[in-house]
Amino acid sequence: MSLSTTDVEKVARLARLAMTPAEIETARSQLSGIFGLIEEMQAVDTKGIEPMSHAQDVAQRLREDKVTETNQREAFQAIAPQVEGGLYLVPQVIE
Amino acid sequence: MIESSLSQMGAALRAKKISSVELTQLYLDRISQLNPELNAYITTRPEASLAQARAADARIAAGTAEALTGIPFGQKDIFCAKDWLTTCGSKMLHNFVSPYDAHVISQFNDAGAVNLGKTNMDEFAMGSSNETSHYGSVKNPWDKARVPGGSSGGTASAIAARLCAAATGTDTGGSIRQPAALCGISGLKPTYGVVSRYGMIAFASSLDQAGPMGRSAEDLALMLNAMAGFDERDSTSLQRDKEDYARDLNKPLNGLRIGIPKEFFASGLGSDVAKAVEAAIAEYKKLGAVIVDISLPSTRLSIPVYYVLAPAEASSNLSRFDGVRYGYRAPEYTDLADMYEKSRAQGFGAEVQRRIMIGTYVLSHGYYDAYYLQAQKIRRLIAQDFVEAYKHCDVIMGPTSPSTAFKLGEKGDDPVQMYLSDIYTIAVNLAGLPGMSIPCGFGDNDMPVGLQIIGNYFDEARMLNVAHQYQLATDWHSRAPQGI
Repeated sequence: MSLSTTDVEKVARLARLAMTPAEIETARSQLSGIFGLIEEMQAVDTKGIEPMSHAQDVAQRLREDKVTETNQREAFQAIAPQVEGGLYLVPQVIE
Repeated sequence: MIESSLSQMGAALRAKKISSVELTQLYLDRISQLNPELNAYITTRPEASLAQARAADARIAAGTAEALTGIPFGQKDIFCAKDWLTTCGSKMLHNFVSPYDAHVISQFNDAGAVNLGKTNMDEFAMGSSNETSHYGSVKNPWDKARVPGGSSGGTASAIAARLCAAATGTDTGGSIRQPAALCGISGLKPTYGVVSRYGMIAFASSLDQAGPMGRSAEDLALMLNAMAGFDERDSTSLQRDKEDYARDLNKPLNGLRIGIPKEFFASGLGSDVAKAVEAAIAEYKKLGAVIVDISLPSTRLSIPVYYVLAPAEASSNLSRFDGVRYGYRAPEYTDLADMYEKSRAQGFGAEVQRRIMIGTYVLSHGYYDAYYLQAQKIRRLIAQDFVEAYKHCDVIMGPTSPSTAFKLGEKGDDPVQMYLSDIYTIAVNLAGLPGMSIPCGFGDNDMPVGLQIIGNYFDEARMLNVAHQYQLATDWHSRAPQGI
């Protein structure tokens, strides 16, 4: 399978990865090779087969709706790139 | 002392023949001497390790020591450890000093074990050679021009070079078993759900499983006893009774039915690897086992299925790395989207970006059914192959990897070639089964060969028994690389 440059640009945007045109081209060629490998799946007849999303056939556990975590804001914000007054700072989003 | 088993080390510590401080210092000295070349550890904190050792000695003196108290272990850098730099092999986490302990780390801490350091790994556990680490390639102690395997390559190299008593690994598609095979050590990936994933940095959550790596099956059993168990903080942790994984080590193997899948010996398998694995199977016959020919017809499909499902889960898991709450943030950007895109492009290496791209593509609108859903359906066919096979056998055996350790840089530019080397290990993760690798001889260039033992669900105690009996009859597992 061969991907187009537009395909790869779209995927890079969705994945939030800044890529130069040269990087897009390298990615296009490598991804095309990998999808060549993946295409083998398409020949398999899977009619009536239930998708398997998980290794163990168990239901999700439920827990009581009560607070179990303590506030560790200071410990967590100590490792953040940029904080101020207990808030995480990001570039301005709303004008 | 460094050639002793974990139980011998524990006994020596409790008999006060050696202190934990002395044992820890011995390993720290070995690390200072050998790690600059092997690059098996990313981070060591000698003072923190020695403080744990002193606490262990106090516990031994107080008579409250457990099996692992005072023994120094390496911890794969995928496990968050409080106050330890935890990088997951990535520039993205180059400054991430974890504020909390992973479940696995707290299990070792509770047992009184010493953390010697964080072992190197492929970035976010994506790789089969340890060459994708941001912190440089790890060398194989058997030949420093060769890779140790991956992604738990630092752990495997450190164990083979006796830079720790044993260490932890994680296995999403073979990341415990393949490096164990390539470095001539033993490693076990438990049944999915047996060891909690809490605090273990996520790659592909439906496949990721932590496990022990060491010099013998007996050592792995002791470690698994400490690592396994229900943890409510992992929503896929299984609620099961605590078991002693060492309980069956000494059972004889008379009548054990070993399934040999013909697909594991087809074209693509190196003749040197085939020869060593066949010799191991012959040894098992001598030990009383019966050989059963089986078929796992969907084996070849496990690679395409894995390279859809694992990247899909990874693209979702790794979306949390946005340069806002922790980790790397690009120094310059124009707005929020630009900050995300630059932080991620600069913080992730090439292989991680490739897998995020694959995952994003297969999950995107219009492709979901053709790729993700189709892969999940074939995943069930692969799992059913094993269910069918276990009607006729107790364990399955074959090679762990199609070749012995390859040269550094040999497969660097061709991701497809690298992916194909995971052919024998991936299906086990897709099915959620336990699998292990033990040394079974040497192939071309005197590099170690691994024998893979695949068990049925929750059959770890039997697999360890099967491996231990072989290790009583052979000495491959106790060989050490030259100069070690």
